[in-house]
Amino acid sequence: MRYSGLKVITEGLFGNKGWTPAWRDPAPKAEYDVIIIGGGGHGLSTAYYLAKNHGITNVAVLEKGYLGSGNIGRNTTIVRANYFLPGNSEFYSHSMKLWEGLEADLNYNVMHSQRGLINLFHSDGQRDAFVRRGNAMINQGDDAILLDRDGVREHLPYLDFDNTRFPIYGGLLHPRGGSARHDAVAWGYARGADQRGVDLIQNCEVTGIDIENGVVRGVQTTRGAIRAKKVGIVVAGRSSQVAAMAGMRLPIESHILQAFVTEGLKPVINHVISFGMGHFYISQSDKGGLVFGGDLDFYASYAARGNLPMVEHVMEAGMTLMPMIGRAKVLRSWGGIMDMSPDGSPVIDKTHVDGLFIDCGWNYGGFKAVPASGWCMAHLMATGEPHEVARKFRLDRFATGHLLDEEGTGSQHNLH
Amino acid sequence: MRLTCPLCGERDRREFYYCGAEDYLHRPAEGAPLAEWDNYLHLRDNPAGVTKDLWYHEAGCSQWLMVTRNTVTHEISAVELVAERKA
Ligand SMILES: Cc1cc2nc3c(=O)[nH]c(=O)nc-3n(C[C@H](O)[C@H](O)[C@H](O)COP(=O)(O)OP(=O)(O)OC[C@H]3O[C@@H](n4cnc5c(N)ncnc54)[C@H](O)[C@@H]3O)c2cc1C
Ligand SMILES: [Zn+2]
Repeated sequence: MRYSGLKVITEGLFGNKGWTPAWRDPAPKAEYDVIIIGGGGHGLSTAYYLAKNHGITNVAVLEKGYLGSGNIGRNTTIVRANYFLPGNSEFYSHSMKLWEGLEADLNYNVMHSQRGLINLFHSDGQRDAFVRRGNAMINQGDDAILLDRDGVREHLPYLDFDNTRFPIYGGLLHPRGGSARHDAVAWGYARGADQRGVDLIQNCEVTGIDIENGVVRGVQTTRGAIRAKKVGIVVAGRSSQVAAMAGMRLPIESHILQAFVTEGLKPVINHVISFGMGHFYISQSDKGGLVFGGDLDFYASYAARGNLPMVEHVMEAGMTLMPMIGRAKVLRSWGGIMDMSPDGSPVIDKTHVDGLFIDCGWNYGGFKAVPASGWCMAHLMATGEPHEVARKFRLDRFATGHLLDEEGTGSQHNLH
Repeated sequence: MRLTCPLCGERDRREFYYCGAEDYLHRPAEGAPLAEWDNYLHLRDNPAGVTKDLWYHEAGCSQWLMVTRNTVTHEISAVELVAERKA
């Protein structure tokens, strides 16, 4: 079924009785050409582009819970292309272009909103670093505008500009940055993949990977064994467990990242604001809730809930930056399991097993990457060659020293 | 989360700096092959369950601690001084 404005109106007139489910609920077949493990954003977009770009439609996505139950439904939805390292820069630029055509492509409203992202700076040194980043973004063909203090004031008059510790010197505005509705991205890709013949199989946990003579043969699941010619591991925070089924030890440590949302308020924050020095960022959802978050809890965890020190830190940072939010009531907080890599950058690569591929290491930044990651993972699985914009996301780069340390903090697990 | 330091007693999580998995205690010998260094620095078991990791009692006794805890429940079963660990 195609969605359109006319369809919404006619359904409204006739009691909304004509809507059909957005995807089927098939039983697993005995064999597929390709199995994708993980029905998060990246797994679903991989399946979609396998079908759409490469004509490979005998595909199953195996999800242990329900579609979108992982980080894709837990993140704070910032979409941006403001990286500067070669390797990252072209990848996120590609992803941004896909975002810009995504709703038309999927025939699905993902509520992508390019409301502009402002990264604040608080010293001359930080200003220089942001000038450099802005130039890198422009060189990549994306957009960046350096704002001085008054420039920031025009956009965000409600910030505390004269904070003693972090006075606001200016900001880097990325006009094409913004946000999107996270669930809708999962649902849009799911529906698009299903329409092209992909089987989306929920409540199906992969418990083993079958390998014979170095070649992948299929997987064991809670719904039985399923054979496949190729298998992709796309399970974000659970990457280490699933990769271990193929005898791999990954450069990944899983950490908790928390986020918060307030009760719905009238429109007050038009942009996405990032206060890096305070580890705080905020935007307002279309429903009116202030959506905000901070840094990792900073210890390995699979609990999908955080601890109080980070809650306190995030609230303090928010109050420091914009005292006006002090009376908003926090409705909910939650956590997601982040697949942290030592250098803070992802992996899209083959493995030592023929036909087994892996897409992981998205850290806290994998939502914006959903379109390009699926695009490049599908390319790799279909052609056997890395896609041009993802060729540096190699699994062996830690061993060879070809790191992608965007933050420049070092390649160590507790530094990103 | 609270950790019970063998020297200082039960303390708030904020007093501790987290270093990472206890792999850092198994430093390869000088001249070891690169793969061993990669394994030591980057590759991790990253278990969903019981793990051992290293914490530094920064705002206390300045000792390195080896903590045995569950990454799913956050339950802590042991805290030992790295300095007293038997090799
Ligand atoms: C609080 C928070 C805020 C964030 N904010 C942002 C942001 O503003 N911008 C941004 O770009 N990124 C952000 N991120 C990061 C982003 O959400 C993730 O990097 C991204 O969603 C991970 O990819 P995914 O969607 O495929 O993961 P998931 O949705 O976690 O998908 C993985 C799926 O694999 C399934 N799975 C695991 N094991 C198995 C198994 N054995 N068998 C079958 N299925 C299995 C899981 O159930 C899960 O559904 C944030 C994350 C969090 C938690
Ligand atoms: Zn102590």
